[in-house]
Amino acid sequence: MAKVLMKGNEAIAEAAVRAGCRNYFAYPITPQSEVAEYLSRRLPEVGGVFLQGESEVAVSYMIFGAAATGERVFTTSSSPGISLMSEGISYIAAAELPCVFVNIMRGGPGLGGILPSQADYFQAVKGGGHGDYRLLVLAPASVQEAVEMMMEAFPLAEKYRNPVMILGDGLIGQMMEPVEFRDDLNTEPAPADDWATSGMDRRGRDRRNLIRTLYLVPSELNAHNLKLKAKYDRMRREEVRWENYAVDPSIRLLLVSYGTMSRVCRTAIDRLREEGLAVGMVRPKTLFPFPREAVLAAARQGEVRAVLSVEMSMGQLVEDVEWSVRGVRPVFWFGKCGGEVPTPEEVMAEARRILRESE
Amino acid sequence: MQREVQFAGFGGQGVMLMGQILAQAAMIEGYEVVWIPSYGPEMRGGTAYCTVVLGDRPIGSPIIRNPQHLVAMNRPSLEKFAPTVRPGGVIFVNASIIPVGSGRTDVDELRVPIVELARDLGNVKAANIIALAAFVARSRVVRFEALEQAVRDKFAAKAKLIPLNLQALEVGRNAAAGT
Repeated sequence: MAKVLMKGNEAIAEAAVRAGCRNYFAYPITPQSEVAEYLSRRLPEVGGVFLQGESEVAVSYMIFGAAATGERVFTTSSSPGISLMSEGISYIAAAELPCVFVNIMRGGPGLGGILPSQADYFQAVKGGGHGDYRLLVLAPASVQEAVEMMMEAFPLAEKYRNPVMILGDGLIGQMMEPVEFRDDLNTEPAPADDWATSGMDRRGRDRRNLIRTLYLVPSELNAHNLKLKAKYDRMRREEVRWENYAVDPSIRLLLVSYGTMSRVCRTAIDRLREEGLAVGMVRPKTLFPFPREAVLAAARQGEVRAVLSVEMSMGQLVEDVEWSVRGVRPVFWFGKCGGEVPTPEEVMAEARRILRESE
Repeated sequence: MQREVQFAGFGGQGVMLMGQILAQAAMIEGYEVVWIPSYGPEMRGGTAYCTVVLGDRPIGSPIIRNPQHLVAMNRPSLEKFAPTVRPGGVIFVNASIIPVGSGRTDVDELRVPIVELARDLGNVKAANIIALAAFVARSRVVRFEALEQAVRDKFAAKAKLIPLNLQALEVGRNAAAGT
């Protein structure tokens, strides 16, 4: 079908509808309120339900309830709102319920600001709620990629019976780009009868399904955590996604960056190469599981002097970069926060400085 | 090839719509394109900015500090952004309400009294479309036919406005040719 020019937030909303999701519960917050605005009109057209919760905490348990019935459901919010939802996210992960959370990040901590940021990396990747759980975290760098990730998020959530998070910055939500809603993506729902509390009559079975997160017997809770861990390990084996940009044997500096920041890095790399400086980039598309081996392989290229994590956060992504590089090369950080997006010129200056100092 | 256009004015002048129509035209032409609004604190002060970046390769950085062209719809916008425009670009000035020039000698400054022209046309709300047409006619960032199609697409849901806006495009094109 033809391309249409859409705002990221609206495109994410439409992608969820195209993926067959008919349930959306949310509480408005800048810079993602257009998702709710769009779906409040769109979902009734297709027999779906949009409900505004009284708070983000309430929304997270509305998601829990709907997901427990085996229905596709998602919500969107921004940083402070995701913090409020984090208790519910922990419970949902514990209960192994498939659903999708979208975080269109703004600057923090606290109320912070409303401009683009990537400061919720730790929250998304290392767990914002309590307990040993992981989200499968997808990080789009364009509106088209946000659409595709949104559509794939539902089958992924069902494959693992685990919440999936789309982690975008404010620009991904606010900017407009041409998008195409592909109809070749497999968005077929996975069977839920074995676990969903959808009613024994409806399922036509004589066994009740029970969803719980309380395990008072230590050995049972340990076994539950081992089961969850096995699931997260399977994600590490099967779902790692990344893109290499200009990574070749000549590179002397490797950048690691995701989302909008990676686009700024792409421009910086193109210009540095015009100056004769060979720089490449690994762009993680999944933040959990992290493309650890891809980063290490690129860092090991013969001429690489250093690795630079470029992020709109104060040294979060860099921890996973260091963990990936395992001391093979020196690792540096460059970033800005609070809504200031580093410019290509600033990234170029930092790249030149690091290369100069590592000669 | 990459081209960047900064649109700037105050709320209600149709600044965001101008950018969206240009982005639509760029998409019709088969370019890669991104439209970036300002949605930050400055917007709460009544200003409206957006940037359109188009090119024949995927757009890298959507943040543009030095655009190739500027469409300034009010004086504060001209004063703020005129110094950032790269040499050789077009600076469009809404001459109806901006009594001063850009102060640049290394750009192509185009001054059009869009409010008066829109009033002559019979609808002052078409001033932004006149401005966009004049800018495109001068800068040639997209073909004029693509701009016409973009106007038809953008007003598809309010089809009765299409003839007026197509006329506004002509007025703008003629204004650019006559200066």
